[in-house]
Amino acid sequence: MNLRRFILIAVPYLWLVALFLVPFLIVVKISFSSAAISMPPYTPTFSLTQGWAGIENFFSQLSVDNFVFLTQDDLYWKAYLSSLQIAAISTVLTLIVAYPMAYGMARAPDEWRPTLLMLVILPFWTSFLIRVYSWMGIISDQGLLNQFLMWLGIIAEPLHIMNTSKAVYLGIVYTYLPFMILPIYAALEKMDDSLGEAAVDLGASRLSSFWLVTVPMSRPGVIAGCFLVFIPAIGEYVIPQLLGGSNTLMIGKVLWTEFFSNADWPLASSVAVVLLLILIIPIMLFQRNQQKNEEAGR
Amino acid sequence: MFKTLIPATLIAISGTMAAAEEVHVYNWSDYIDPALLQKFEDQTGIKLVYDVFDSNEVLETKLLSGSSGYDVVVPTGSFLERQIQAGVFQKLDYSKMPNSKYLWDKIKERTAQYDPGNQYAVNYMWGTTGIGINDEKVKEVLGADAPVDSLSLVFDPKYMKKLQSCGVMMLDAPTEMIPAALRYLGEDPNSKDPKVIEKAEPVLEAIRPYVRKFNSSEYINSLANGDICVAFGWSGDILQARDRAAEAKNGVTISYHIPKEGALMWFDMMAIPADAPNPSGAEKFINFMMDPENIAAASNYVNYANGNKESQKYLDKSVIDDPAIYPPAATMDNLYTVTAYPPKVKRIVTRLWTKVKSGT
Repeated sequence: MNLRRFILIAVPYLWLVALFLVPFLIVVKISFSSAAISMPPYTPTFSLTQGWAGIENFFSQLSVDNFVFLTQDDLYWKAYLSSLQIAAISTVLTLIVAYPMAYGMARAPDEWRPTLLMLVILPFWTSFLIRVYSWMGIISDQGLLNQFLMWLGIIAEPLHIMNTSKAVYLGIVYTYLPFMILPIYAALEKMDDSLGEAAVDLGASRLSSFWLVTVPMSRPGVIAGCFLVFIPAIGEYVIPQLLGGSNTLMIGKVLWTEFFSNADWPLASSVAVVLLLILIIPIMLFQRNQQKNEEAGR
Repeated sequence: MFKTLIPATLIAISGTMAAAEEVHVYNWSDYIDPALLQKFEDQTGIKLVYDVFDSNEVLETKLLSGSSGYDVVVPTGSFLERQIQAGVFQKLDYSKMPNSKYLWDKIKERTAQYDPGNQYAVNYMWGTTGIGINDEKVKEVLGADAPVDSLSLVFDPKYMKKLQSCGVMMLDAPTEMIPAALRYLGEDPNSKDPKVIEKAEPVLEAIRPYVRKFNSSEYINSLANGDICVAFGWSGDILQARDRAAEAKNGVTISYHIPKEGALMWFDMMAIPADAPNPSGAEKFINFMMDPENIAAASNYVNYANGNKESQKYLDKSVIDDPAIYPPAATMDNLYTVTAYPPKVKRIVTRLWTKVKSGT
């Protein structure tokens, strides 16, 4: 292997090792420790000053108690399931909103596209927190939406949206919408218009040409978009905390409670490790399946 | 030329760094008169870096991680107790803080239960946890004889069911809510016995459906702008809501009530982390805040009582004469305090709270 190629590959790998693997290994290490009233609040701590004996002693004190504890209390499984459910529903909702927008953008005249793309990206220029807070101003009981609807006379009592799971879905769909639009747009934009025309020429209706030609062509974009929404939505903490009610159970909140309220860093770490496993295993299986299909297709 | 220039520049830089002494203070949000910060800098020539937090848990996590970079932090008593055990703080050198002679012995007696002998911390402010109401709306829903000065207003489903329509918020703080529920039942609010603590669960679960949200900071705004009519929260915060509503002239009048069954009395304590970069600057800041005129200015601004007897001369009449801020002796005797939970019990308390909030 030549040096240039080696360096080119080494840079992203070093990046992943330093910013993903090392922090993750630290979390794994803490997940096998036990909580203590000390600084930092767990034991044992790793130190190289005692030499080999110290390292041996360190490993002998590690235990799987935290993982066993996770199986004994149904809170954790319910929180994982409820997070998966919220993330799945939000992903579908985001897809429903994003697809027509991406389709419209891809079909828009060439000179409009940069402007439309800019409009999708524009919200990122404002802090995410400020945008969530402005939603609070819109959907709260005395907020803009309720005042407007009551002024129109459509409703007599304010709609309770704030602090319910409806507000959580709204927040997630709004926040992650660009992550869904952009990959779908990228896939649709590359599509050759003549493919659709050919389908219509061969007797397909416009609708079946859309279903049989356009949708399959945009599949990679849809899959990428769904991952980009689904994965961060599972661990979402800020949106349910600010917009959701107290009964919106999500794993991010459970993790916060373990880490901050109980000051139990080891248990919080094991919750995080399990969450990662729950996410990574299905994604790896899915990708392997995709690869197989592609190879079979050839 | 360059050889001589570079060391000279380095010396110049290190010289200015030594001159600009800094002290880093980490306190609760909306908890001081900003004019005092400027006054401290003018008096001492020390640059003050003032950061704020809004939950004990966030502060505690920073302290337990170590090297927080702060010289003065202000945890609440029961958290302070646990942090002292973890070895987070250094002992105070009272000889360097002459203003400590002004401290109020009645408060020192109570804070000694978290910090025996008051070796690690001095009181900044103290307050109670009680009931804030929107006078008109509660009257409208419950009639003129609503039990606004009783815990039954917030713990009896009979009242809560009706109040639900105008909105109720409660603190998202199990260490405040569970003792209050126990007091309502006539149990010991400071109990560390899991069997006693579990008795709070049915009380809280019965009112849970009628609580709009458990949150420890949103109720100030929601109460002030009329979104909710009852909040179970911290005295000074509810008084802030009262002042904001009065300023906005939006027709909302808020009042704070200490329940007749007794209320939790809490203490926010100034302490110096063991690894503080500038402990002597920290002592100067704490001494500055123990100056009776300074701490009185802070109390006048934030509507919380302080632990400084001498400062009472300098308090506004509206503060020292307000029974919601400085309760009369009879009410004081009825206030209770809670100490830190041992880790195993703390887990039970947190779990119970999650169960109440999420139904799981």
